[in-house]
Amino acid sequence: MISLKKNIAISESGFVFNPTTGDSFSLNSVGTDILKLLKDGKNEKEVKTTVIDRYDVDGETFDKDYYDFLKMLGQYKLLDAS
Amino acid sequence: MEKQRYERPIIRRLNTGVMNKFGTKTEYEPVTHIDDCAVKDLIADYGSPLFVISQKTIHETYQAANRAFNTRYPKVQFAWSYKTNYINAVCNVYHKLGSWAEVVSGFEYLKALKNGVPGSKIIFNGPDKTVEELKLAMENKSLIHIDHLDELYTLTELCEETGIRPKVAIRVNMDTGIYPMWDRFGFNYENGQAWDAINKIVLSDRMDLVGLHAHIGTFMLTANAYGVAAKKLSELALSIKNKYDKKIQYIDMGGGFASTNTLKGSFLSGTDTSPSFDDYAEAISTAIMNAGFVEDELPLLILETGRAMIDEAGSLLGSVISNKRLSDGRKATIMDFGVNILFTSFWYDHKISPAQEFSHHTEDSVMYGPLCMNIDVVRENVTLPPLKRGDQVVVHTVGAYNMTQWMQFIALRPAVVMIDLEGKPHLIRKRETLDNIDQQEQMPAYLKEFKL
Repeated sequence: MISLKKNIAISESGFVFNPTTGDSFSLNSVGTDILKLLKDGKNEKEVKTTVIDRYDVDGETFDKDYYDFLKMLGQYKLLDAS
Repeated sequence: MEKQRYERPIIRRLNTGVMNKFGTKTEYEPVTHIDDCAVKDLIADYGSPLFVISQKTIHETYQAANRAFNTRYPKVQFAWSYKTNYINAVCNVYHKLGSWAEVVSGFEYLKALKNGVPGSKIIFNGPDKTVEELKLAMENKSLIHIDHLDELYTLTELCEETGIRPKVAIRVNMDTGIYPMWDRFGFNYENGQAWDAINKIVLSDRMDLVGLHAHIGTFMLTANAYGVAAKKLSELALSIKNKYDKKIQYIDMGGGFASTNTLKGSFLSGTDTSPSFDDYAEAISTAIMNAGFVEDELPLLILETGRAMIDEAGSLLGSVISNKRLSDGRKATIMDFGVNILFTSFWYDHKISPAQEFSHHTEDSVMYGPLCMNIDVVRENVTLPPLKRGDQVVVHTVGAYNMTQWMQFIALRPAVVMIDLEGKPHLIRKRETLDNIDQQEQMPAYLKEFKL
């Protein structure tokens, strides 16, 4: 299961801070929502259901974007290695 | 509960360091309309991609150029540079505004005639004029600008053969302090070639030398070079008057004025660096008026500026085909237009705006065209909102050279629409079809059938 590193700080307005590396990031609202859901320990299905309920998007488009977004989170070392 | 507008999730690392004092240019202000026509309606009606020409912007630019020169010099004539954009409707907008035609091939010459331009108001430039084309231009009393000695000799023979006395000018190239020096066209000023040609024309007494022409370069970012060129042409005109008592009726300063596009590799935006019409007008008119002409012998000033006249009036509308992630993590956006129809993307970092609302979040992206060719890159790096498949964009300042240098390569060329002064769109060039291309081809009988 994909999980966010425990010490990642997320602000309401979409700023993210990684205290291990000192890196800061900015996210748009969909990105912020996904990160918060991951931080709350939601799995992929729960994240998808929540985002599709909240935003005007179909499942196929979301899957494609979500996969790409996770890759970027991995590249920025925000995910746990598991 | 109504759902919120979806935008592809993006994350962007914030870089700390020394601030860039010029800031980073982000294009997230949407451009949803061109002259009151909605981009989405234009694409729905005429397809994507689509070139759009704003007649209003043409008029405004022409008036700005006209005002800049006419307030500084008493006799000014613009000639529409056909090679910049020779879609007939575009040419006729300029002819209606009072522009003559400036052509550089027999094909363009015939186009100008067909558009209704009187022969005497067509300037025939360029190194390649056939015997038939020269003869036609002589019969039509067009202004023939001689490019090389072979052309001069051909013309002399035609004068003898037809008994017609044509109106001619010579193209003069010169050192104006800029690099590269365009010395491949016309006769050189400094080494005496220009005088050699002038002597031959005047002493042959078979044609009337009515003008002097120069075209010192393209996308000229310094107006002073035009001042140098105008001074040298004026000195030449005055020397001809002294030596042969022949009055030069016009000085044609050609074109090459820069538009507001940003050249690749330039640090500042073109809107900040390109000289204005006033800058060019000041340099040129001051040089001619200070040259020493008596008042009633000031030559007519002809200008053939194309790019600066029309670039801003043209936009290219297009749509996103796909997004992908490159191996190094960069985002790539694939558009339905590429270098096949946007030739100028080889020269400029075109400004590109989204055509629909987004949040203020942006991401860096490479923008590719649709061709299955590695060269098809529209922008190496552009900062745009997270575009998704089907989203539309507006590429700005594409009116010059794209609708003449576009290639029928891999894909068919798109339609062109002109929005009139009342904001009504008119189709001025239909989208190409397979039949358009096929009608030029012929299949030998022995190749017609095959079995696989």
